Amino acid sequence: MKALAFLATLVTGAILLYGTMDFPAWGDPQAPASAHLSPHYIEDAVAETHVPNIVTAVLGDYRGYDTMFETVVIYCAGLAVVSVLRRSRS
Amino acid sequence: MKLLQERIKTSRFGESIIIETAIRIMVPFIQLFGLYVIVHGHYSPGGGFQGGVILGASFILMALGFDLKTSTERLKEKTNIVLGNVGVLIYTGVAALCAVMGGLFLDYSALNKIIPMGVIEWRSFGIFLVEVGVGLAVMSIMLSLFWDLGSGGSLDEGL
Repeated sequence: MKALAFLATLVTGAILLYGTMDFPAWGDPQAPASAHLSPHYIEDAVAETHVPNIVTAVLGDYRGYDTMFETVVIYCAGLAVVSVLRRSRS
Repeated sequence: MKLLQERIKTSRFGESIIIETAIRIMVPFIQLFGLYVIVHGHYSPGGGFQGGVILGASFILMALGFDLKTSTERLKEKTNIVLGNVGVLIYTGVAALCAVMGGLFLDYSALNKIIPMGVIEWRSFGIFLVEVGVGLAVMSIMLSLFWDLGSGGSLDEGL
């Protein structure tokens, strides 16, 4: 069973590594993300949101869903720890 | 000197008066800096997550240097949990309010119908509201993680 699990891990890892070969090179200016999205953020974020820090504008406004569920994930982790560990003093 | 030694022995605080005094001086500044990082996230690196972590770390420092009871006296456990819930509620509440007011979910410009101060200004202010919620939630969760993991869940004696 252990050998089977190890084999499955190896195969999955190999497939994932194979998948990364299709990625654009690191910092490639011709990549789709650099060609469409990044210029829009850099050029229009300040005019559209009046936030000088583009990172905050992307984090809080353009990618608000991501940040919301990050918060919810942290909240769930805390809730789980409290509900498992917390004992009221008797 | 004798008085000092006696006071240390009878004190319910930690054993080192140097660490106590240093923490007593540092904690207000750490908390002020945490608030600054949350509020100033629009202009400099920072924001809700980082500021919340700094705020939580100030209470954790108190619990490490003094005693776990000292930090639970400063911030009650129930208050802490309420703050965490309120933080997440602020974020989701603002997002849902945008949808109720006729915009998209998380589209802060829709809040312009409640307080008219400009569509673009609302997008900036909405980010601020959301960051405050994130900061509260992160602070509360960090603190309750430390309290519960450090004391095994009984909150009477910590690390």
